[in-house]
Order: sequence, then C-alpha cells, then structure tokens
Amino acid sequence: MSRRGFLGVAAAGLAGVVLAPGVRLIEVAQAASEGTPGAGASAKVRWGMLIDTTKCASGCTDCVTACNTENGLDPRTTRTSSQWIRKIEIKEIRTGRQASVPVMCQHCASPPCVDVCPTGASFKRADGIVLVDRHTCIGCRYCMMACPYKARSFVHEPLADQKPEVPRGKGCVESCTLCVHRIDHAADRSKVTTACAEACTKAGHGAIVFGDLNDPDSEISRRVRAVRSTQLRADLGLGTGVRYEGL
Amino acid sequence: MAPPRSACGASPPGGASPDTKGPVDLSCLASGRASGRGAACKARQRTGQAGSAAAAWLGALAIMLVGNALAAPVIERATKGDRCVEDVASMRRNHMRFLEHQRDATVHGGIRGAKHSLKGCIDCHASKTTGSVAQAPTDFCVSCHAYAAVKIDCFDCHATRPAKGAAP
Repeated sequence: MSRRGFLGVAAAGLAGVVLAPGVRLIEVAQAASEGTPGAGASAKVRWGMLIDTTKCASGCTDCVTACNTENGLDPRTTRTSSQWIRKIEIKEIRTGRQASVPVMCQHCASPPCVDVCPTGASFKRADGIVLVDRHTCIGCRYCMMACPYKARSFVHEPLADQKPEVPRGKGCVESCTLCVHRIDHAADRSKVTTACAEACTKAGHGAIVFGDLNDPDSEISRRVRAVRSTQLRADLGLGTGVRYEGL
Repeated sequence: MAPPRSACGASPPGGASPDTKGPVDLSCLASGRASGRGAACKARQRTGQAGSAAAAWLGALAIMLVGNALAAPVIERATKGDRCVEDVASMRRNHMRFLEHQRDATVHGGIRGAKHSLKGCIDCHASKTTGSVAQAPTDFCVSCHAYAAVKIDCFDCHATRPAKGAAP
C-alpha cells in the first residue's frame, strides 16, 4: 500500500471511531457546538482567585453561605458535614495582628490529591480546575490526607434533593469546584464568577476576585501584577490557582 | 441489530414489537443481568419456535397465574416534546451507553448541554404526578429498571427532578 493510501485509510478509520453504538466523536463535537452547549474546558484558560484578606471581614460568612446554597450543601456544621469553603481566623501571636481568611480547594497546578488517587477519580481539568469524578471515586480518602489545605470532605450520609447541576452523594469525596457548572454554561466567560465571589462583592467587601489568570486583561491578572500576593504553603511548590493578598 | 422481539410476555411469539403501542416487554433486554428471567425467556422462545402454539399459550397463562411480577412496566409519556433525542428502539437498547459516554465528556471535558444528558432525560420524563423519574414505582426510570432487575445508582447522586423554575 502506498503511503498516501495508508494515510487515507487511517483517516477514514479515525473519523469513524465508534464511541458507543451510533455515537462517533465527531457527532459529540457537533452536538456540543449546536445551540447552548459549551465548548468545554480549554487549556488556554487558567481559572484562579485572588483573596484580599485585608478586605475580608471577621465574622462574615457570606461566601460560605453562598457556596452552600449554590451547591446544595447542608448549612449546618457538624463533625461529618461537607465544607467546600471555610473561614479561618488567624492571629500572629507576636504582634497580635488578626486576619480572617476563606480557605477552599486551592486548585493546584500540581495537585497532590491527583497524585495519590488510586482510581484517577481526582483529576485536573484542562483549565486548571481540580475535580473529583464521582463515577470513579471509591471513597478511599487518600486525597483528603494528601491535601495540605484540608480542602476536601467525604460524604458520610445518604443525601437527597441534590441540585441538578451539582450531583453529589454518599461514599464520595468532594471539594470546591470553582462553580464549574457556571463556567461551563456561561455565554461570556470573561464575566463568569463563582458564588462566593459574587456574594462577597454583593456584601460590599469585594475581597474575592475570580477570573482567568492567563488573560492579561482580566481583573485578576491586573491585580496580581500590581499587588503582592502569596500562595498558601508556597514552600510546597504546588502552583495554586487561589492566591492571597495581605497575609 | 434486530429489534428485540416481545416473545416472552403474554403475547404470542412474534407478536408486538417495542415500536407498537401494545404493552412492552423488556425482560429480554436485561437477560444478561436478570439471568433467571432471561433463561426462562429463552426457554419459552424455544417452545414457541417448536410450533406448539398451545404450549406457548399455556405457558403464558401459567406465568399470569404465578403473580403480577411480570406485569409490564408503566411507561409514562414524556411531558415535553414529541420525540426523544434518538429513536425509541435505539434509546431502549443503548441509553446507558449514550449516558456513560457523554458523562465523561461532561465531567472531564466540561462539555455541557449536548443531547445525551441525564438532565435532559429528567427534564422530559419526570412524572406529572410525582415530578420525579425515580420516586414512585411507576416513575419513568425505576419502572423499567425494577422490571428488568437492573439496579442503577444514578440517583444516589443525581437529582431525580428538574431544576426548580424549569418549564414542566
């Protein structure tokens, strides 16, 4: 067979790859481009957050409440309840300086939770969002032990009345998704924001800025260029997507 | 792939196909999982093929007398639209493959809103009375799965009713 002939056959074979009976990759792509479906996660984007701890008010839990409402989490804080975002009060003993800090999944560039996951359920999307695929999660909780930020929770009890956009259930580990359903559905991704950032802005604090760190014109990019921000446990070299200002 | 024959219900062999309006027997579809019923189904098919119509009818009568375990599943009409995303026969046989395939594109690739979504199923097939696909035994998903003895865990995590505010 000539080289050209071989390539032609190979191309035809690829185009006809059958993923499920009657479904080919090309059809999934076409279906995704029709109507409202989003284009999917792009590696050109790096979603991140900048949290200004000097603006975060002590005692305010609007971001936590908004997260619970958005994702259908139980607002009660019990020993076993899921917490995707927590408010941490910190104090420097020497000087007495206090700050209030919201901590959630830091969406690392090199996430330890992904490294340790035995099934591949814990994964990083092309756009930098670290997620758990609950279809593959076996609930071993290695990721919870590996995470230096204690960002993940395990669902211990059967759940009911989940949000259609946020499926979650007993036996799986879960954490902040950066409101991935909002991002995927957004018509204009430069205007998309998370529930916590939205609530913080609405409350007048404006301590949380969400955006694309790869877009030089986004608000978050301009801010991280202008002010000094740090990663939590920067010594670990995880390349977090969430950065803190004023720590 | 030939459409499944409805040869193991109360109708005579070679009777109504799933595309007709009559009661639908899906037990053959699930013969892989529900091995006991599948074997019985095959046995009955063989009897029918032997040409003994009377034996087939007696068998059917015996099954009806055993109890209502084989009552055809209730399939409630979708509340929206006039056709599914694929033809009915294809959906009956392959819906799980469509769903499984698209779920990976959604979870890992972030492609939402393509046509084979579980949310799409629920938006159309939630019951008019319960508002759910899996609450009452007659609701769309559980009705067939109970009949075919296929245990699904979709609804351990996924909502069984459309989002509030979505058109009924």
